[in-house]
Amino acid sequence: MARNVTQRRKILNTAAAWTIGLLIFFPILWTILTSFKTEAQAIADPPIFLAFDWTLENYGAVMERSNYSRFLWNSIVIAGGSTILGILIAVPAAWSMAFVPSKRTKDILLWMLSTKMLPAVGVLYPIYLLFIQFGILDTKIGLVIVLMLINLPIIVWMLYTYFKEIPGEILEAARMDGASLKEEVLYVLTPMAIPGIASTLLLNVILAWNEAFWTLNLTAAKAAPLTAFIASYSSPEGLFYAKLSAASTMAIAPILVLGWFSQKQLVSGLTFGAVK
Amino acid sequence: MGQIKLNKVTKSFGDVAVIPPLDLTIEDGEFTVFVGPSGCGKSTLLRLIAGLEDVSSGHVEIDGVDATDVPPAKRGLAMVFQSYALYPHMSVRKNIAFPMKMAGVTADEQNRRISAAAEALNLTDYLDRRPGQLSGGQRQRVAIGRAIVREPGAFLFDEPLSNLDAALRVGMRLEISELHERLKTTMIYVTHDQVEAMTMADKIVVLRAGLIEQVGSPLELYHTPCNEFVAGFIGSPRMNLIKGAEAAKHNAATIGIRPEHTAVSMTEGLWKGVVGVAEHLGSDTFLHVHGVPGCDPMTVRVDGELPVRHGDTIWMTPQADKLHRFDAEGLRID
Repeated sequence: MARNVTQRRKILNTAAAWTIGLLIFFPILWTILTSFKTEAQAIADPPIFLAFDWTLENYGAVMERSNYSRFLWNSIVIAGGSTILGILIAVPAAWSMAFVPSKRTKDILLWMLSTKMLPAVGVLYPIYLLFIQFGILDTKIGLVIVLMLINLPIIVWMLYTYFKEIPGEILEAARMDGASLKEEVLYVLTPMAIPGIASTLLLNVILAWNEAFWTLNLTAAKAAPLTAFIASYSSPEGLFYAKLSAASTMAIAPILVLGWFSQKQLVSGLTFGAVK
Repeated sequence: MGQIKLNKVTKSFGDVAVIPPLDLTIEDGEFTVFVGPSGCGKSTLLRLIAGLEDVSSGHVEIDGVDATDVPPAKRGLAMVFQSYALYPHMSVRKNIAFPMKMAGVTADEQNRRISAAAEALNLTDYLDRRPGQLSGGQRQRVAIGRAIVREPGAFLFDEPLSNLDAALRVGMRLEISELHERLKTTMIYVTHDQVEAMTMADKIVVLRAGLIEQVGSPLELYHTPCNEFVAGFIGSPRMNLIKGAEAAKHNAATIGIRPEHTAVSMTEGLWKGVVGVAEHLGSDTFLHVHGVPGCDPMTVRVDGELPVRHGDTIWMTPQADKLHRFDAEGLRID
């Protein structure tokens, strides 16, 4: 017998879902609202929700003071570059772990994940020194490499999970049909894993876009992405909540739009392929 | 083109020896069936020939050339998998074209061969569909089509019919047999179904625990099984194996008699028994009889209809010249 869902229960569930959803979204909403307030209204007590003098002056001030497009370009290059580089490395890695596993494959996967348990600041000093040695401090290529390495375990894990769902016999069929390893990966494995690869790409673009620890610590002016752009408005000596909010809104807007249009892919990606 | 020779081939997974040293020659153009109970190593053996598994020692020769270290893509063999293993993201046409694309066949030639294969396999109307939109039998035919078009040195079939329902299975069995008649290409076919083995094979290889028990034509195996295992495995219903005093009368540890080689009478005969289950098929009657010493139940087949029921007492007499004798090790005594 199918479970009986009453109308009342449906309404309650919907209300609960909306409440939780709005609660999670509230900080972002508040940031966006604040960005349209004057500095005085931004810190008003009690806070003003909607009945304030809507203004665009913060955006004007931010655009005037900083070169938004340069930060944006840096963010695009760093997030996009690290994701593409990561995928190129992770596809063969996940392929070998999924289809020609050794006795230690599971251990390696866990070990890779364990690197995510280390607080990033623990390796800041050695990495900073390495960056000086290689002369890649405050360069986009340096950040591309670091962010790629930071996210690589997640990319490999996600792809591994997706590849595991592809029946090995299909790849064997490709081999019997005369496909070389490269052709097998290119014509059979990758097209079959496209949904998985797409959600992996998306998630990693978002992770890299929002990554603040390394981008703040390893850049100064030239390679600084949007996270640094936001941070530049949070100064200890002055309160510029409205401008900070405007900067934040501008920084998250592209990724918000991207996330909105790829919700489906993201959800299936975040559940690690559990929902087929 | 298509002689396959296994030379002292072995295969171990870790410490487990799946195939002890094994020699086998499959002649060009032959339809060879590997048959045996599950876990006997027949699929592993096929995968060793395909190159999908590496041999632990020994050599695989294809057309007299050592192919042991040749990757599967270069062995010139085509395989049909139990799960069909079609490429789900490609249309039927592209699935069939894939091996030709890999081999660099010209587009015109590809189209010609696709049309011919589709014609022969009744797939012409489905060429633009995806595998997901096809029935099991159609998917199986696509898999066969994909194997045919590359004109391989030999076809390898890994239990290709076990996912189909009974009626389709009989149909596909005939199609594969006809394909072999037409192409005359070497075929190696793995199955656990001895009916498939008997009906399709030129040569049957009976395997148990990685060892070849007997190699021969279907009728050789039927008439002169070399041991008790083959005797019990080949033939349907199974041969009755009788131990004890009855066997001793024939100077054997075990005697075997096939269900169809026993005469049944309501009044007199050698062995007396009580019918347990009677299966009336119209064309034949199968009786499962209890009470024969050394063999319980004994199965007998009678031509046509015999009006007996559960609980009836009958008499059975084996045809003396159809008795098989086996020694204490289970080996045939001639």
